Amino acid sequence: MAERIPRVPVREQDPKVRAHNFEEVCYGYNLEEAMTEASRCLHCKNPRCVTACPVSIKIPEFIAKVKEGDIAGAAAIIGEDSSLPAVCGRVCPQETQCEGSCVLGVKGESVAIGKLERFVADHTFEGETLSPSGVGCASESEVLRSEATNAASAAASESRAMRGMVDAGPRTEGLGTIPLGGAGGYKGTDNGHKVAIIGSGPAGLACASDLAKWGYDVTIFEALHKAGGVLEYGIPEFRLPKEAVLKREINEVKALGVKIETDVIIGRTVTIDSLMDDEGFEAVFVGTGAGLPKFMGIPGENLNGVFSANEFLTRNNLMKAFREDYLTPIHAGKKCCVVGGGNVAMDAARTALRLGADTSIIYRRTEVELPARKEEVHHAKEEGVDFQMLTNPVEIIGDENGWVKALKCIRMELGEPDESGRRSPVPIPGSEFEIPTETVIMALGTAPNPLIVNTTKGLEATRRGGLVADDEGRTTRPGIFAGGDAVTGAATVILAMGAGRKAARAIDEYLKTK
Amino acid sequence: MFKILKRQMLTPNICKMVVSAPRIAKSALPGQFLIVLANEEGERIPLTISDYDREKGTVTIVTQLIGASSAAIIAKEEGEFFRDVVGPLGNPSAFVKMDEEALKGQRYIFIAGGLGTAPVYPQAKWLHDRGIAVDVIIGARTKDLLIYTEELGSACDNLYLCTDDGSVGFHGVGTACLEDLVNNQGKEYTQAVAIGPMIMMKFATLTCKKLNIPIDVSLNMLMVDGTGMCGACRVTVAGKTRFACVDGPEFNGYDVDFDEAMRRLGQYKAEEAEEKAKYVK
Repeated sequence: MAERIPRVPVREQDPKVRAHNFEEVCYGYNLEEAMTEASRCLHCKNPRCVTACPVSIKIPEFIAKVKEGDIAGAAAIIGEDSSLPAVCGRVCPQETQCEGSCVLGVKGESVAIGKLERFVADHTFEGETLSPSGVGCASESEVLRSEATNAASAAASESRAMRGMVDAGPRTEGLGTIPLGGAGGYKGTDNGHKVAIIGSGPAGLACASDLAKWGYDVTIFEALHKAGGVLEYGIPEFRLPKEAVLKREINEVKALGVKIETDVIIGRTVTIDSLMDDEGFEAVFVGTGAGLPKFMGIPGENLNGVFSANEFLTRNNLMKAFREDYLTPIHAGKKCCVVGGGNVAMDAARTALRLGADTSIIYRRTEVELPARKEEVHHAKEEGVDFQMLTNPVEIIGDENGWVKALKCIRMELGEPDESGRRSPVPIPGSEFEIPTETVIMALGTAPNPLIVNTTKGLEATRRGGLVADDEGRTTRPGIFAGGDAVTGAATVILAMGAGRKAARAIDEYLKTK
Repeated sequence: MFKILKRQMLTPNICKMVVSAPRIAKSALPGQFLIVLANEEGERIPLTISDYDREKGTVTIVTQLIGASSAAIIAKEEGEFFRDVVGPLGNPSAFVKMDEEALKGQRYIFIAGGLGTAPVYPQAKWLHDRGIAVDVIIGARTKDLLIYTEELGSACDNLYLCTDDGSVGFHGVGTACLEDLVNNQGKEYTQAVAIGPMIMMKFATLTCKKLNIPIDVSLNMLMVDGTGMCGACRVTVAGKTRFACVDGPEFNGYDVDFDEAMRRLGQYKAEEAEEKAKYVK
C-alpha cells in the first residue's frame, strides 16, 4: 500500500560544511525520488491540501503527473495557479498549509508537497543545470541531478507548449473561479490598457503575470536596483538562490511582456497621481510590502553593532557582502545575538553564522511558539545556532567607544494566553543577566512604508500602517488596488501572491466595466 | 543605466558629474539626495543633489574620493554609465514648503564645508531666484580646495570665502566667519543652514546657539536603500530615533545628537579600510 512507503528524505548539504558557505542547503529530489514520493499521495476526493493553499494549486493532480513521470504535465497544472513555483516550493510554510492538512500527516508523515513542487519547477527550466547555486555542490548529488536533468529536458520543451495551450487569450470566467495563471503561460492579445504595479515582490509579480496573460500592458516599478522585493533583499542565497532560481522565475514573468523599471521610488521619483494623469496608466496595484524595520525601544539600540535584520540581510543578499568581489561591508562580529523568532530571525542568525559569528537566537517565548518554519529552526540548530528561549533583552550595553559589548536580558516564563491565543511571556524578577556580544540584530517584524499613502490622494491606511483594501484588493480610491504585506503587514510569500492574483481579477473587472 | 554626460575634477579629490536621469531631474528639489551604484559590485552611495535641469533631464552630483566605492564613481569617464541612480530621496529643505509670505522676511545664511558646498548651491539658488536674502560662507583648508565659488557667487547676495590657512578670504573656519559677520559687521540672520562634515555641522550648531540663530543641518549618514528599509541611518533627534533617509536628511541642528551621529558614521571603518587598501592605490 502506498501509505506504507515512508516520506522520501530530501538530500541536504552537510550542516558542518554549509555553516561556512552560502550555497543552497537543500538539494531537492531527483526524478526517481520525486516519483516515489508522489506515489505516497492518496488522491483524496476532497483534497484538504488544495483548500489550505492560498493560491489553490491543484496538488493531487500535479502529484499524479509526477507519479507517472510526466513532469511537464505537472508543471502545466502548477502553472495554472502559481507564478513562482520554484520560489514557493522553497519558502512556503508548507507545514501550516498544504502539508499541514495532508491526511497522511494525521498518523504519519504528510506527502512532501513543497519538495515536489520545487522539483517540478526546477525541472521545467529547459537546458539549465539543476545545480542550485551553480558551484561547489557535493559531487554525488551533482550526478543524481544531472541524471534527472536529462529526463526532464525533453519534458520541459513539451511543457512550454502545454502551458501555452491551457493559457491562451484573455480570461472569460466569472469572478468566482480562479483564472488560469502562473508565469508559465503566454502573453495575451494586447488589449491596449496600461496597468502599473508598484513593487516587484511576490504580490506584484503574481498580479503582473495574470494581467499580462489577459493582454494588459503591464509595467512594474521597483525602488531597489534589482527585482524581486523581499525574495531578493530578504531571503538568503542558501534558502533561495538568486541567479539560479529567482532570476529565472522573474525572467518568466518578463517573458509574458511585463516590463520592470528598477530604480523608481513611487512617491519620490514619480507619484501614483502622475502615473495615472501623465503616463496613461488606468489602474495601479500597490504591492510595496512591509519594509520598515521595528526596534525594541530599549537603551543602547543606536550603539555601533546594532542592526535591523533588514539592514543585515540587505547588505548580504541584495548587496552580496558575503562575496569578496563586492564592496558593501557587513559586520557580524565574533559573537552575534539575533532578537526574534520568525523566519527573518532564522535567516539573520544563519547568515551571521556563515560570516563567522558564534550566533544565538534570543526569543521571549518557548520553542513551541517560535513563529519560524520548523524546517528553518531545524536547519539553524543543525548548523550550530544557539537558542536562548524565554529570554528578553532589556538593554544593550556599550563599551567606551560606543560599540556593543553585551546584551542584558531577563528570563521569562509563560503566563496566561493573550488575545493571539499564545501564552504571554512574563519577566521573572531579578533574573537579569548579560550575554557578551559584539553585534545585536533586531528581527522583530516589519511594518508597511507610509510613503505611498503620504503622497497619493485618496488612499487610506490603518493605524498599523497597512493600506485599507477589501478582500479583492480595492483600496479607498477607485483604480488603485493593493495586496500583500502592504495591506496585511508582514506575512508570507504565498499569501502575498494570492492577494496579487485576487487584485488582478479586480483590476480586470474594474477596467472592463469602467 | 545612467549616462555620465560631463565629468570635471574640481580639486584633485573632488569630482563633479552631470548624469542623465530624466525622472529624477523632473522631481528633484533642493535638499534631496540620490543614491548611486557605480557598478554591479559597488555599494549604494548616498550623494546630495548638487543641481538639476528639468528640461535637459540631468542631475549633478559631486563626489569626494574617500574609499573604494567613491573611487569607483570617480573612475567613470564621460560617456560611461552608472549601473543605478535612484532618487530623489529624503525631504526637500524646509523653505521649499514654506509659503511665500513667510519666506519674504527671512534672511538665510548658509555655512558650507568642503564637499557640502555643492548641495548648498541648489538651495541658495532656489531662494535667490525668489528674491529671498541669502548669504553663503564657504570654508576649506586652503584656496585650491574651495569649490563652487563661481556658481554660488551668482546664487546669493554675499559670498564669503574662508580658508584655514588664510590663503584666500577670511582666515579661519566658517563658524568664526559667521561670528565675525554677526558680531562685528552687523549682519542679522533669521535662519542658518549648515552642510559639511559632521564635526563642522556640530560646531556650526554650537555657534548658532550662541548667536541665537535657528539652524538646519543636512545629515549624510550611512545608508543602504535610502527608503526607510534598513535603518542604518538612525540618528537621535530631540531624544527620539529618526531615520535620516525618510525623516531627514535635514534636521533642526539644536536637536541632533552629533556625537552619536559621528560615531555611527564610523561603523564600517575597519571593513572600509580593508576594501580601500584593495582598490585605491
